[in-house]
Amino acid sequence: MAKFSKKPQDLIADIDYSKTPQTEWMDTPVEFKEHTFCWGAKGKNLEVVGFPNARDWSPTEEDWKLPQDWENIVMEGIKDRLSKYRSFKLFMDICVRCGACADKCHFYIGSGDPKNMPVLRAELFRSIYRRYFTAPGRVFGRLAGARELTLQVLKEWWYYFYQCTECRRCSVFCPYGIDTAEITMMVRELTNLLGLNTDWISGPVANCYMKGNHLGLEPHTIKSSVEFFLDDIETITGIRIEPTFNRKGAEVLFVTPSGDLFADPGTYTAMGYLMLFHEIGLDYTWSTYASEGGNFGFFTSNEMAKRLNAKIYAEAKRLGVKWILGGECGHMWRVLNQYMDTWNGPADFLEVPKSPITGTVFENAKTTKMIHITEFTADLIRNNKIKLDPSRNDNLIVTYHDSCNTARGMGLLEEPRYIIRHVCNHFYEMPEDTIREKTFCCGSGTGLNAGENMELRMRGGLPRAMAVKHVKEKHGVNMLANVCAIDRATLSALMDYYNKGVRVTGVHEMVGNALVMKGEKPRETNLRAEPLPGKEEA
Amino acid sequence: MKMLVPLSAVIVMIIIALAGVEAAGLQALFGIAIPYIAFLVFVIGMVLKVINWAKSPVPFRITTTCGQQQSLPWIKQNKIENPSTCFHTFIRMVLEVLLFRSLFRNLKTELNDGKVVYGSDKWLWLFALVFHYSFLVVLIRHIRFFVVDMPFAIEIIEALDSFFQVGVPLLYLSGLGLLVGAIFLFLRRIVIPQVRYISLPADYFPLFLVIAIAITGIIMRYFTKVDVVAVKNLTMGLVTFSPVVPEGIGSIFYVHLFLVCTLFAYFPFSKLVHMGGVFLSPTRNLANNSRMERHINPWNYPVHVHTYEEYENEFRDKMKKAGLPVEKE
Amino acid sequence: MYDSGKIIAGIVIFLLFVTFPFYYNMGKAVAKPDPSVDTPVIKQMEKKQCIESKQAMKTLHMQLLNDWRDAVVRDGQRLYVATDGKSYNMSLQNTCMHCHSNKKKFCDECHNYMAVKPYCWDCHIQPKEGA
Repeated sequence: MAKFSKKPQDLIADIDYSKTPQTEWMDTPVEFKEHTFCWGAKGKNLEVVGFPNARDWSPTEEDWKLPQDWENIVMEGIKDRLSKYRSFKLFMDICVRCGACADKCHFYIGSGDPKNMPVLRAELFRSIYRRYFTAPGRVFGRLAGARELTLQVLKEWWYYFYQCTECRRCSVFCPYGIDTAEITMMVRELTNLLGLNTDWISGPVANCYMKGNHLGLEPHTIKSSVEFFLDDIETITGIRIEPTFNRKGAEVLFVTPSGDLFADPGTYTAMGYLMLFHEIGLDYTWSTYASEGGNFGFFTSNEMAKRLNAKIYAEAKRLGVKWILGGECGHMWRVLNQYMDTWNGPADFLEVPKSPITGTVFENAKTTKMIHITEFTADLIRNNKIKLDPSRNDNLIVTYHDSCNTARGMGLLEEPRYIIRHVCNHFYEMPEDTIREKTFCCGSGTGLNAGENMELRMRGGLPRAMAVKHVKEKHGVNMLANVCAIDRATLSALMDYYNKGVRVTGVHEMVGNALVMKGEKPRETNLRAEPLPGKEEA
Repeated sequence: MKMLVPLSAVIVMIIIALAGVEAAGLQALFGIAIPYIAFLVFVIGMVLKVINWAKSPVPFRITTTCGQQQSLPWIKQNKIENPSTCFHTFIRMVLEVLLFRSLFRNLKTELNDGKVVYGSDKWLWLFALVFHYSFLVVLIRHIRFFVVDMPFAIEIIEALDSFFQVGVPLLYLSGLGLLVGAIFLFLRRIVIPQVRYISLPADYFPLFLVIAIAITGIIMRYFTKVDVVAVKNLTMGLVTFSPVVPEGIGSIFYVHLFLVCTLFAYFPFSKLVHMGGVFLSPTRNLANNSRMERHINPWNYPVHVHTYEEYENEFRDKMKKAGLPVEKE
Repeated sequence: MYDSGKIIAGIVIFLLFVTFPFYYNMGKAVAKPDPSVDTPVIKQMEKKQCIESKQAMKTLHMQLLNDWRDAVVRDGQRLYVATDGKSYNMSLQNTCMHCHSNKKKFCDECHNYMAVKPYCWDCHIQPKEGA
């Protein structure tokens, strides 16, 4: 496959919302377009976690090597899930196709493909539900919006349900709160019954299951990665930090997405955490076993997500910590907020999180016992427990990207903004319709942050990129802040594509830069080893 | 095709009713049997539908949060859009059900000169409100045909509905609103390309049905007239279980009634069940408090996990070499 | 989590709402209206005939009265020529109520049954009736 090389203006020129295909959607066969889908899962990765039909396969090949009775497996799978999830059953029945969701999806906005309208994405599945699970569908067939399950339909599902990032923006606008993420989760579960996941999801899942994190970092590698950061921090601040790993008896267990340990600019965010914890003298430990906050299992099946998530509480119990602190991540926090306690709780061996520095008790986490680092840091700043010099970030003109999951699956909106306002002097919001609960996905969530689907990612990221472009032109924004590891990994590519010159940062990288540490030497550079504003000459 | 079939279906239904009463003299069928059946199908069908939904649990608290969460005491929570208590969730649901809060957020996305722009778009919200409230008032007004004496509250609704005292009989705004609302909903289905593309016959059918019901009702009240005293004799017969078929009711009444019966009987098998479903939507009717209060999944089951012990067994040597603490030396 | 309590409550409310007419009328006598034309003037008429046919008067009287009002009040026109060619003075009190002097047994009988409240008597003076 040739490298993706379409220019942004050509990509945008493809989009025409007023144009719909000549044929009805049921008569329009799915077309696997280059650069818009991920490679198929590898057999060995499915095998590790015991997923069915483990074998190597490719979506571009005619034969998907499905089990003999795949239709039955799908039917049984649907029946089982209808009985388990009221959301699923209800969302199958109550959609009136008003179309309020249609132009809310970033993939539709970026592609103009009608099957990317949330309503139509859901109809791809609903048509099968009607045919096999409702009386009118059985009797009236197509007149009732029903169709037969065929291999074509399955392929269409696979193509379009791996083009939804479960961002829930449609759900905000739906008059019945229909959440396409729920439907996507269900259909992805069905595809997993047939061994049809992507390489980019199943690889990290297998890694996370065996090694504790998506990237497959082994215990000693985690330690040495962090030591690299410590060297850099020492160079920049003159302070040698000595964090601990797998330490029993620490007060706090810290869990963050492994992406922060691996690649820029996430690594700078990790440095920010290390500096902050050192400065306030937090009694905490990292874990190499529970070394992943994110959860790619969430993009395969509920069961897999629970299996991966179980490590966090198990490790907290083994180490005997009092509570858990979570790093900057998006979907990680939807999982921790809405699923973790139900799956793997009750965490009755932990205590309600209490900041040892400010004494603040986090009542909002009194059952999960896990808080978000921006809640923790905002509380520190509010109580004047850390000294900040925002002018060190004066070269940054910052805007903030709300992650889908923290915005619409939690409501973490003001905490990161409060921190940003205290660590830098130039902060501008993007247009109102593109932030907070109306925020746009980076275009690469739910495991779509692969390389081979770059056109899809650039299309999905278009609305976000346009909003950044707006503040770039208006205020000269050059830094896109966020609290999500996937954002840090993917928005850089998006900015390079549409908005050259805009870089990406985690909120705690800026905290690390602004943090005035006791006994530090005068700082010359920021965490990226670039001269601080005013020190360029030196 | 998508429009033709449902349109023909409604026309055929009108013909059936006309032929039934005019040619075949089946007043008793159309005036008594079918209404009873339709009512039973509607009520039992809706109750069973809701029970069917209710049989599946809500395993996770999947609130769609549309505002600031409850967090630190000095950060102002958006208690309605991101409720953490029962009471605020109730308010959120009231706004959703009575005022179509989510639809009010509607935006229109356009591509302008290579830029994506968003504009407020409240038309759907406005006409949806007009349509639904008109429908409700029309329904409530029809109580007059089913009670001996009108409850005071309903008299007030009726007085408000005919507030402008236009014409005789007084023009009901709700009748007009229902028709205008339904026509708007129909027009946007054919005018907006995306909505046209997603529309199914099952979207046009209820609209055509409602439009036909509104038109026959309006014709009866304002134009051709029927003997309303006779109509009330029939309807009172139905609700007191002593059905009669009075003489001299115009056929248009039976057409109207038959269409209404069709709508009611169709209700539980169609998208119209959103009437009940809106109350059950887990993204709206749950408080976002799953970090504060434990939510139980009734089918939660133990799963295979990769234990720390297995992990350490695999990496013990590497861990020891790196100076990481281990459980077993 | 099932929330069955709330759902059952919802179903009960729904049932109470849709079955309202069935229980609301319980124990109440349903008297069909029986308008009377038994007045002294009508008794004396040889041919008991209103200005238009009975069927037309039944369904269209409200419209007729409305037209009369507009004709008299707005255009000063007082002469009504009926379908059969006869002329009448357009007047609720002097023409209609002349024969139908029994408002209670004639007008109100059906109006009450249908729960309609015509606003004739907002302006016109109600005829006195020996109760």
